Amino acid sequence: MKAEIDSTALAVFLFFFALVTIMGFLAARWRRPATLAHLDEWGLGGRQFGTWITWFLIGGDFYTAYTVIAVPALVYSVGAYGFFALPYTIIVYPFVFAVMPKLWQLAKDTNAVTAADVVRNQYRSRSLESAVAITGVLATMPYIALQLIGMSTAIKALGIRGELPLIAAFVILALYTYSSGLRAPALIAFVKDTMIYIVVIAAVSLIPGKLGGYAAVFDAADQAFKAKGSGGILLAPNQYVAYATLALGSALAAFMYPHTLTGVFASRSAQTIRKNAVLLPAYTLMLGLLALLGYMGHAAALKLSSPNDVVPTLFQTLFPSWFAGFAFAAIAIGALVPAAVMSIGAANLFTRNFWKAYINPEVDPAGEASVAKIASLVVKVGALLVILYLPTQFALDLQLLGGLWILQVFPAVVFCLFTRWFLAPALIAGWAVGLIGGTYLSWVDGLKPLHLVSFGDLSFTMYVGLIALAANIVTAVVINSVLIGTRKRNHAFDSAQ
Amino acid sequence: MTRHRLWLLLLTFIGLLWVPFYNFHDPVLFGFPFFYWYQLAWVPVTAFLTWLCYRSYPG
Repeated sequence: MKAEIDSTALAVFLFFFALVTIMGFLAARWRRPATLAHLDEWGLGGRQFGTWITWFLIGGDFYTAYTVIAVPALVYSVGAYGFFALPYTIIVYPFVFAVMPKLWQLAKDTNAVTAADVVRNQYRSRSLESAVAITGVLATMPYIALQLIGMSTAIKALGIRGELPLIAAFVILALYTYSSGLRAPALIAFVKDTMIYIVVIAAVSLIPGKLGGYAAVFDAADQAFKAKGSGGILLAPNQYVAYATLALGSALAAFMYPHTLTGVFASRSAQTIRKNAVLLPAYTLMLGLLALLGYMGHAAALKLSSPNDVVPTLFQTLFPSWFAGFAFAAIAIGALVPAAVMSIGAANLFTRNFWKAYINPEVDPAGEASVAKIASLVVKVGALLVILYLPTQFALDLQLLGGLWILQVFPAVVFCLFTRWFLAPALIAGWAVGLIGGTYLSWVDGLKPLHLVSFGDLSFTMYVGLIALAANIVTAVVINSVLIGTRKRNHAFDSAQ
Repeated sequence: MTRHRLWLLLLTFIGLLWVPFYNFHDPVLFGFPFFYWYQLAWVPVTAFLTWLCYRSYPG
């Protein structure tokens, strides 16, 4: 990548960054409530976001800056296998349609702000509530750190060295999230998503023209993988199970994260969520086309120091500098929205399921809002310190484990929407088995997402998170059966007395 | 379940999670190998199926 600073690109970048900063602070006045000093207002935007705001918010929060950098980077490195992000972000919406309106209704009826609140109300169990809350916070922290990686890639592409710009951007983000709450990312998401759409549409319609068309792009990628001797534009037969299980596991995990659930809970109605399940796939179409930027990197014969540079370098090489600046601003702003929502989601969990549960049960809604505001600052500073002082690989490994961990709250959060059969101790046991067993499997494999499974002659690699979820569910079902059996026997014994 | 036609949504899972259905190069469409355009085509198809379900919910 270029070493010197491009002033045109930098000016465009700074203009858009300043624009969203102003919007972030003004957002406190947007759809102004009677008071922002209430967790429903600060942390959920008043639970009144309609179809369009929800579409921009969930889209802006789910398709993160890191996605924009990392998906094309993976496709650039390994080919078809990196494309699993596409089936993942398609099958997630039928799941959202079938499950999330029920969860929203339950949260609304019981005044729940977090998934852990819902679980506590359903199972009357503080332990299960804590398990869900701790998992949520642990899984979210490295995800915020990843957004910082996305943002620093964009800043680096402008030719700026040093960590000061990243720190400055993050401090600004922390301040307006503190003052405006969820309204800030909801408002900024309009700008972010519009910019990303413009960038992707320009890229996928103009770049192939410069490189000889899509057939030439796929051809160049195919040649590059053959020359390298690994990867390919089609899957190898031993990748089938890995591809499908990664897609399924990621889709089931996606809406267990605090940031995506915050977007769901902030909606106005169950119908708003159903409508969004129909409309959100538009983002997936964009993501699928964006992934092809990885192949365009091969067609343009880019020389990269890291696959993560494929998107920024493509823009620098093939577009005028003002548009490159626009694209980098889109990526950096693309990091702000998810980072803000993630820190709000984690702060809501801390406030409701730790502070209110264990420190001060008498806290009033205004007190909750101020605890959450401070928690959101602490979470962001923590993520920033991780990026500044620990190796990048540390955040990536934790993010991988985070996906595995968050998947283990699935039974506790989702099953209660369909059956009252499960008891809290069984779900806690399942959660513990999935969490510990999954982490162990991943650890012994050298922190890889795939694990080799063998049944006699048949062996294949599959997503370790899904193996852990299966162990989780089996444990929960077995222990629940035993518990219910014991209860029935005791009951019969008591009756006989 | 039948009333809300939720079973329609299972088609998406079957169509995308059974990889042998689509791991081919040909036929190519607009330069895209089958593997790519097949999966991209599931985006509008899924949105349509979900919309059909959506219509069966009141208000």
